[in-house]
Amino acid sequence: MNPETLLQVQNLSIEFGTSSGRLRALRGIDLEVPKGRIMGLVGESGCGKSTLAYSLSGLLAGNGEVSGGAILFDGADVTKMSDKELRDIRGRRVSMIFQDPMTALNPVITIGRQMLDIQYREPGTNAEKRARAARMLERVGIPDAAAQLGSYPHQFSGGMRQRVCIAMALLTKPDLLIADEPTTALDATLEVQIIELLRELQQEMDCAIVFVSHHLGTVAELCDDVTLMYAGEVVERGSVRDVFHNPAHPYTQALLECDPARMKVATRQLPTIPGMLPNLVDVPQGCIFASRCQHVWERCRSAHPHLSKTATVGHRAACHLLDAEGRT
Amino acid sequence: MVLGPRATPELIEQTRAAMGLDRPFALQMITFFGNLLRGDMGVDVFTGRSVTTTVMEALPYTLALITASILWAAAIGIPLGAYSSIRRNTWIDRVTGILSVGTISIPSFVMALYSVLIFAVWLRWLPAIGAGEGFGGQIVHLILPAFAVGVPWVGYIARIVRASMLEIMGESHVRMARAFGLTERRITRAYVLRIAVLPAVTLIGAGVAHLFSAAVFVEVIFARPGIGALIVSAVNERNYTIVLGAVLVTTAIIVLATLISDIIIAWLDPRQREGM
Repeated sequence: MNPETLLQVQNLSIEFGTSSGRLRALRGIDLEVPKGRIMGLVGESGCGKSTLAYSLSGLLAGNGEVSGGAILFDGADVTKMSDKELRDIRGRRVSMIFQDPMTALNPVITIGRQMLDIQYREPGTNAEKRARAARMLERVGIPDAAAQLGSYPHQFSGGMRQRVCIAMALLTKPDLLIADEPTTALDATLEVQIIELLRELQQEMDCAIVFVSHHLGTVAELCDDVTLMYAGEVVERGSVRDVFHNPAHPYTQALLECDPARMKVATRQLPTIPGMLPNLVDVPQGCIFASRCQHVWERCRSAHPHLSKTATVGHRAACHLLDAEGRT
Repeated sequence: MVLGPRATPELIEQTRAAMGLDRPFALQMITFFGNLLRGDMGVDVFTGRSVTTTVMEALPYTLALITASILWAAAIGIPLGAYSSIRRNTWIDRVTGILSVGTISIPSFVMALYSVLIFAVWLRWLPAIGAGEGFGGQIVHLILPAFAVGVPWVGYIARIVRASMLEIMGESHVRMARAFGLTERRITRAYVLRIAVLPAVTLIGAGVAHLFSAAVFVEVIFARPGIGALIVSAVNERNYTIVLGAVLVTTAIIVLATLISDIIIAWLDPRQREGM
């Protein structure tokens, strides 16, 4: 493993036991996050990006199960860790920010107490920890931070709560921050501010970020690399520049065409990708995107494509067209 | 009516005048509420004592019984509910569930009778009747009645705490606490239980009325002085001033209990303080 790699996901598969059978939520996921880089994880709702994000710190829901592969965090496999080992890295080396700041903080405990609690393994007295918490709150732009330690979450607005969550997540200076759609529940102005804040803090602390989002513009703005997921598989990955300027997978191309910010011709209707996500209990053979793809040909129905190289180094996509174009 | 079927007309007239029943109804009402505001609920025609004194003498026994019942029921019920929610779907949870439903279904007078039979008559561990002398004696005499009144509440409280624990465990702030590496013990004790007891507090506050009605049976069975015993004897004697006074005080206590439960909830949950 490259010493600069912080997180490596190898051939990861996750299944959920449901009443209608085993839902194969993630299948053969491969990805890599180098130290201090920001990686965007993009896909439509239900494609498994949040499942992947939670599994990175072993926080799968009770009916979820890792059925294959490994998640190597700094060389250690997260999927094989005991509860105690997981607790050891959570909040210290891997932190998370959640989608809905309105419900992410405990409603009956003060912000200060919650920020104190998460530092329970850190050295120092309670007064020092409180001071550290206040400094961090100030850093994320909360006015009168020291006094706010005695406040309860419901006394803050949504944007402020998300700032508190970010402060909590970065309080222990983690190596990896997992942000699960941190701006989805916020309005557009706040979104810009939070993204700005994340970028500044990332540069200051030099932590790696896995940024889960379905918003292409935000990813383009914040991230260094991007991984596109569709129905539980990685369909394309590469640097933001390569993927957004030169999308190789038909899904990426279609997704970019649907982004209102990128449309050049005015239309009365928002463009969509026709069709629906395939059933993940009974996963179809061949390419997972075949049923919705405009460029589908016979091989797409029979053989499952692997991530293959494109013309650019580090840019890969799982599509038979790449292979075919290379050959013919 | 107070005097019974064999009263002479002269005696009836005399009593009517003494109780003020010959005066207009509106005037009676005004006098009654006016006196009530000064804490005067009239005079017991049988003994000539003030109703307020009689009721207030009985009240501490009932309050002690109710408080003791609910305290021990909460002390057992809350940890039991919390524990069975953590050990959900294990045999411990199932046994707790069956016992809870079982205790809820047993009326407290049945519980009282059997506890007298077992602990007082057969085992002779605890006194069966009376309220006891001195502090120690009163505590010993309180054990069996409080047991009988509190048993169904153990079940109620355990059930409701378990249900709300399970609900709160699924909320995203718990997931966030886990994501920060807090131990499960810390999460359940400090982060979840505090929210999970809120419905139990409301339940108890609203249930004080039931506690009073349970106290009526239990006080009679254990021959304890108290509001319940007072009401029963007053009803038998058709002593209306006492019935009226006792019911009035009970109602006031029930209203007060709701207020207290609201205050406890506000203390536990800062969100509730905002509107106050």
